[in-house]
Amino acid sequence: MAERPQISGSLFKRLTAILIFGSMLLSIVLFFVVREFAARIAQAGQDSILEASVSSIIDAAVIRDGRVEVDFPYASFSMLDTDQNDRVFYAIRQDGQLLSGYKVIPQTDRLRTDSAFFETRILAQSKFRIASAQRVLIGSQRSTTVSVYVAQTQDSLSQTLKQISLNVGALCLVFFTFTAILSYIAALATVRPLSRLASSVQRRSGEDLRPFKQPVPSEMVPLVSSLNSLMNRLDQTLTRSEDFIAEAAHRVRTPLATVRSYAETTLQRVTKSENRNALKAMMRAVDESSRAAGQLLDHAMITFRADHLDKQQVDLSGIVEDLATSLAPIAEMKDLKIVLRTDGPVHVEGDPILLQNAFRNVLDNALKYAPFETEVTIQVTDSPRPTVTISDLGAGFPNDEIQALTKRFRRGKNAKNSIGSGLGLTIAQDVALAHGGSVALTNGKSGGACVTFYL
Amino acid sequence: MKFLLVEDNLELAKAISNRLQVDGHVVDHVGKISEAIDYFASYEYDLVLLDVMLPDGDGRTFLKHQRTQNDGTPVIVLTARSQVSDRISMLDLGADDYVTKPFDHAELEARCRAVLRRKSNDRQTTKQFGNVEFNSIEGRLSVGGKTVNLRNRELRLLEVFLNAPGQIFSKQKLVDRLFSYDEDVSENAVEVYVGRLRKHLSGSPLMITTLRGLGYRLDYG
Repeated sequence: MAERPQISGSLFKRLTAILIFGSMLLSIVLFFVVREFAARIAQAGQDSILEASVSSIIDAAVIRDGRVEVDFPYASFSMLDTDQNDRVFYAIRQDGQLLSGYKVIPQTDRLRTDSAFFETRILAQSKFRIASAQRVLIGSQRSTTVSVYVAQTQDSLSQTLKQISLNVGALCLVFFTFTAILSYIAALATVRPLSRLASSVQRRSGEDLRPFKQPVPSEMVPLVSSLNSLMNRLDQTLTRSEDFIAEAAHRVRTPLATVRSYAETTLQRVTKSENRNALKAMMRAVDESSRAAGQLLDHAMITFRADHLDKQQVDLSGIVEDLATSLAPIAEMKDLKIVLRTDGPVHVEGDPILLQNAFRNVLDNALKYAPFETEVTIQVTDSPRPTVTISDLGAGFPNDEIQALTKRFRRGKNAKNSIGSGLGLTIAQDVALAHGGSVALTNGKSGGACVTFYL
Repeated sequence: MKFLLVEDNLELAKAISNRLQVDGHVVDHVGKISEAIDYFASYEYDLVLLDVMLPDGDGRTFLKHQRTQNDGTPVIVLTARSQVSDRISMLDLGADDYVTKPFDHAELEARCRAVLRRKSNDRQTTKQFGNVEFNSIEGRLSVGGKTVNLRNRELRLLEVFLNAPGQIFSKQKLVDRLFSYDEDVSENAVEVYVGRLRKHLSGSPLMITTLRGLGYRLDYG
């Protein structure tokens, strides 16, 4: 299994979070700006009515007989009528002295004659908007200044403002929802080419090293091109080493085959025992080295394949049957009978090539160690778990070595007369382990080695 | 039997040919696919031994060609590779079996016999001597209508004798033919198999004669 890379958050989550946070901020700012703007407009509305009221009162002020008279119309106050029944106070002062109205309205020194002055104050526990203006009246003896204050509570205004805030809030919420959805989609669209690349690489089998050809966004081009060049290099290396192994095997085995054939032919003609022994030693050496080479290659292949296990549905009985057929001629040379006991197809998830190789190695051993004219039994059972048992009627495993035997390059003590590098059982065990199973070595009751694969 | 050996390594080809000739077979040797196709078109063969890597192509090319000719001659592939996948692809393309180089000739012989047993018909492979019928492919011997299936060593021993009736075989020679070199057997082990053959052949015109100090000889008549 490849090492799992360390994870530093998710691009998608990060992007979504940033975009949603941004749209939230934007919505809040929008809310306050729109509400402030609406509040100003509403305030300006109230102010203009108050100003009209103030000016209608101040316009009514005249000096008659040296005294100031203010006979303002009813409309001066009726125009201030609101649906919230806002309270209205007024004060008319002459040179600071209250002429009429309410004392609670404080004086201000920022009175102007050309337009009204506005301020907001708390009077008698309520918030009031006060408009004020002054006018200089010129009488016969002297001139005098009349100032008018009109104050109105803001119940109606705040009611309006509340309504506006509610509407603006709803609008901003809709805006936020919309932008959040957009952010999600945008993040998804940005990350999609990445995840598509990842899943397309993941879907490939271990041997598929073709370059990635689908179009990608320009930002991903460096990643994809370095991925492609890495795969290209890997492919070349693999092909080269596969070719190399095949070529090496060919180069080594062909001359070995020549030596073996000549030795065998010569052995038929030679009678002197020392020459014969030399020839036999030669043949043994050839067999040993070729078998060792073969098993080393097999072992290398198994180590490689076990990393990228090509799992598919396989029938153990079918594999074993094919194997028995292909090894039958070898069995025949010793008049061995391969007895196959299966209860129908036994399906497991596995790599057929690895399984076949493992069974072949064990069956090879069994055929090698079994005495002439005996039986080698292969049993395939389905329950309680898929099991393949291969047993012979030879000398069996040495009892004291049974555990150590599956270690690499270890051969049993009593194997002196047979050829083998000792990798066979190691291969069998590696394959079983790669499939999550195990191999058990036992000796039969009446002698004979018995190898059981639990898969 | 007549073999077509397709192998580009001259030394190996010579060694294999020699070994097959010891067993009394006839071997034609070619070193290229193109030659193999020519020979194959001109002569009849019992068996083709085919190397995988050849100078003018892959052994697979020959297999494909042969299968398009609808020819049923058995092909045994000689491969130097040991990867199972390679072997499987050869069998898929119509090779009947394969042996991995270097190979034991006894194994090659056993595989040839197994392939021929699957492929050829009975009559061509049965030899007749008086009331004796011998099918070496099936390993079947019948004397006066009574049929026995020979054990592998009995079969091989009888083949050795029948290939050269009247020739004297020393015990040592017979040991070499019957036993693998790494089997530790004395020359007397041959006596057991000669004894068994004699029993099977009793009542027939075939007789195995013991020549003291020299060996054995098959006499007919």
